This record gives sequence, structure tokens and C-alpha cells, in this order.
Amino acid sequence: MDVLDIIGPVMIGPSSSHTAGAVRIGKVAVSLLGTKPVKAEIMLHGSFAETYKGHGTDKALLAGIMGMEPDDERIRNSLELAKEEGLEYRFEKVYIENAHPNTARIILWDKDGRTCSIEAASVGGGSILVKKVNGMNVEFSGQYETLIVLHEDVAGMIAEVTYFMAERGINIGSFRCVRKEKGGAAVMIIECDSVVPKSVVDEIRKQPHVLSCVKVEKLK
Amino acid sequence: MYQYDSVDFLVNEAEKNNKKISELILKEQAERMEITRDDLYSKMEKRFEVMEEAVKKGSMPGLRSVSGLSGGDAYKMKCQVDRGENLCGPLFGHVLTKALAVSELNSCMGKIVAAPTAGSCGIIPSAVLTIMEDKNIDRKDAVMSLFTASGIGIVIANKASISGAEGGCQAECGTASAMAAAAITEMAGGTPRMISNAAAIALKSILGLVCDPVAGLVEVPCIKRNAMGAANALTAAELALAGIESRIPVDEVIEAMKKIGDMMPSCLKETAQGGLADTKTGRFYKKAGFDL
Repeated sequence: MDVLDIIGPVMIGPSSSHTAGAVRIGKVAVSLLGTKPVKAEIMLHGSFAETYKGHGTDKALLAGIMGMEPDDERIRNSLELAKEEGLEYRFEKVYIENAHPNTARIILWDKDGRTCSIEAASVGGGSILVKKVNGMNVEFSGQYETLIVLHEDVAGMIAEVTYFMAERGINIGSFRCVRKEKGGAAVMIIECDSVVPKSVVDEIRKQPHVLSCVKVEKLK
Repeated sequence: MYQYDSVDFLVNEAEKNNKKISELILKEQAERMEITRDDLYSKMEKRFEVMEEAVKKGSMPGLRSVSGLSGGDAYKMKCQVDRGENLCGPLFGHVLTKALAVSELNSCMGKIVAAPTAGSCGIIPSAVLTIMEDKNIDRKDAVMSLFTASGIGIVIANKASISGAEGGCQAECGTASAMAAAAITEMAGGTPRMISNAAAIALKSILGLVCDPVAGLVEVPCIKRNAMGAANALTAAELALAGIESRIPVDEVIEAMKKIGDMMPSCLKETAQGGLADTKTGRFYKKAGFDL
């Protein structure tokens, strides 16, 4: 924690966990999709389900999905803005076994039918933990510049991607690789100490056996 | 680099180097973030500007929260002070007005700086801005005082908690009040030792306060507790500047806060199941106040 965390973030109220954290969850979801979403299904669990209207959690999640930051004063009008932008949305209260009280599950679609899903919890002070990406268990906070690399589970993938980053002077703070099944799809979660330029993300995406590579920017 | 596990350490460093706590924190943090001191100062100044803006917007008439539970009280307070009719004079009146303004703006989905949290966002701006204006203190010194406040806040975050869900309201408004007391003590020319006493006295007075928000929303009683937290910061700074010391050193107060937070039942830690949330009226608002 540094001085800008303790006096910060600059945010739209009323709650760092139910509003600012919710914007960030929406942002992570849309950066995973990588394109403009036209449809969003949002499931709310626990305290999110209980208090979302009073805390503007619904507005905040949608605002994040539309690319707004937690300090964007348009957040309070995001339901109307979504309609104007042609973003269809639906909220549902759900119960998720063993989930953190402030958990949201988001499924997004773009106009070409591409889809992605995340499950994330807002764990206090605007901090979030992403728990699932496209059904795979992950865990990252967005406090670092994070790369999410979806790839085929073949030998040498980790070496290839990390060597590539090392060459460009990007230090890796933490690294996890999980897969659904041997030889199937796998995902690398790479938290970095420095900004990862777009060019690097694009180049990783072009590597053989890489299905997609997206960057979740360090949350402000 | 500092560990931020002791306020006393920061005080000793300041005394040893004959520097203000704010100067030490700015230098150390800029090195940690690998940016220049000027850059870090500018970032903090931006937060300061958001605080100023929040006071202005929050004091306007006609503010209303989504739930309808709050809004408009800062304006009421402001009118009372402007008429010269408030009991304790302009300085105290301005502190209360600003604390309510920022906190109400937060409830109404306005832009604020979490300091250290959104629920306690009115306390530091109200104390710092009022003292700056009333005592004609340089804006730069006011911005710098936020680094002193931060130093205290980070130690509390590391050694105890700044989250209502973990430590109750003492962790949110208590921490904010201690940070504010430290900031204005430095602005008023207090020594590093006085600053740690101010923080200790402020925190001691809010120990044990539970987090019991009606309907689970950051409105009742949070907004008025911000006014209390700001007033408490003034009290603590005033005592410390007179040379009054906290018998219990600040780091031990923080330790006590942590233990109290751990002992506090979960129904009194932001779950809206106890305290004011579980009163007849509190339950009524939960049912009727929103989600209509």
C-alpha cells in the first residue's frame, strides 16, 4: 500500500467495494472481450445482490463494461447510456456456492457473437480479485499490469511467452498457468511490474498456439 | 525503504533528520514508485483538487441519494453557518459543513477521494481545507500534510485495518480522524511528536465504534459520523498542540484497535445485521427505502 492507495482512489461514490470495485470488475470483463460488447448478462451474489440498487453497483458494473473509469461522473447515468449505445443488459440475483459476499459474474457478447465470461469479487477499498475467466479458475487482482494468455497446452509455451517478455525488459511479478485438461486450452496469468506496450500484446497474440492475449491494465 | 509498521519510527526519523514527516514520506514514496518528488506531489495535488471540488458540489442544495435516505444536510449546515447562527463559530461550522458535503456527495454518486475509504471520505478534506482557509496556510503545506496523513494511515492499514468489514467503523472513521488530526497538527506547526500524539488521541476516542449501516448503504449513520470524525480530529490536534500527550503511545493504540476489531462480532462489521441497522426504523428503511 502506498500514499496514493491510502488517499485514493479518486472515485464515484458511494462505496469503494460496491461502486469503484464494481466498475473495475466491468473493466476487466470488457478488456477480456477486447471488442465492443452488445449484450451483457450480469449475475450478482451476496451483498452485491442485496444492495446493488442503493449502491449503484448495477450502474457501476455497466459503466466499467462501457470502458469508464471508477472516477467517471457519467457512472450514475450508465443505464441510460447503455441503452443509447445499444448495449443490451440483464441483471439477475444468484447464489454462488462459497463465493465472496461481493461477487459478480459477467458474460459479454460482441456483435459477431464472440463471448467471454468472468467471475470476480470486490474485496474492499476498490480492490478486486478475478476468480474465473471463461470458466477457468484464475486469481489476479488488477493491481498490476496483467496479461492473460489463452493458449493450447503444448510444450514450451511458458518458456516462449516469458522469454519474449524478458527480451523486452518486462519483469514478471507473479505467474500462474492453469488448464482445463491436458492438451486442451490453458491460460497464463502474468502480473508485470511495468507497463506492457500494446505492441508486445499484439506480438504474443501472433505466436503459434496462442489463442488470445489480452492485457488488463493496472487499475487506477 | 520504510516498513510502515510503526508511527514512532516515522517520528524518530523526522526528529533525527530534522525534517517534517510529510517531507520524509514524500521522498520515500517517490523513490518507491520510481518517480520524481515533483511528480508524486502533483498526483497528490490532483487528489486535493478533487477534495476541493467535492466540498463545493456537496454543499449545493437539492442533493439526493439513490435510496432517498440522504442529501441536503450539508446545505442546511452551510446556511446556518452563513447566517452566523451556529453555536460554535465559523471554523467549527465550516468543518462540519465540509465533512457533510463530501460525505453526502459520495452517497449521491458524486466524485470523491477515498480517504482512506469512501465511507470516511469527508473527514480529511474537511479538516485540512478548513484549517488551510481559516489560518491562511499555504496551499502547498496543505497538500504536503496529506503525506503525513498517509504515513499514519499506511501504518494503521498494515498493523490493523482500514476496512469496516474487518474492523468496524473505528477502522474507517477512526483511521480517517487520526490521519486528519496528524495532517492539521503539522499544518499548524506541530512537532512530529505532537503529530503522533494527535493521531493517538483521535484514534483512542473512536476505538470500539461499530459499522452498522442502515440497509447496508454508506449513508446512515456514516455521513454524520464523518462530521463527528472531523470534529474529533480538531479536538485531538488542539490537545496535542497544547503539549498534551497520549498516555498510551500511538502504536499501542493501533494495536488495541486491531484487537478490538478482531473481537467485534461480524453483525457489527458492515453486514447491516446489528446496531442501528437492526433497529425498528433501520429495518423499516431496509424494506421501504430502496429496491422499490
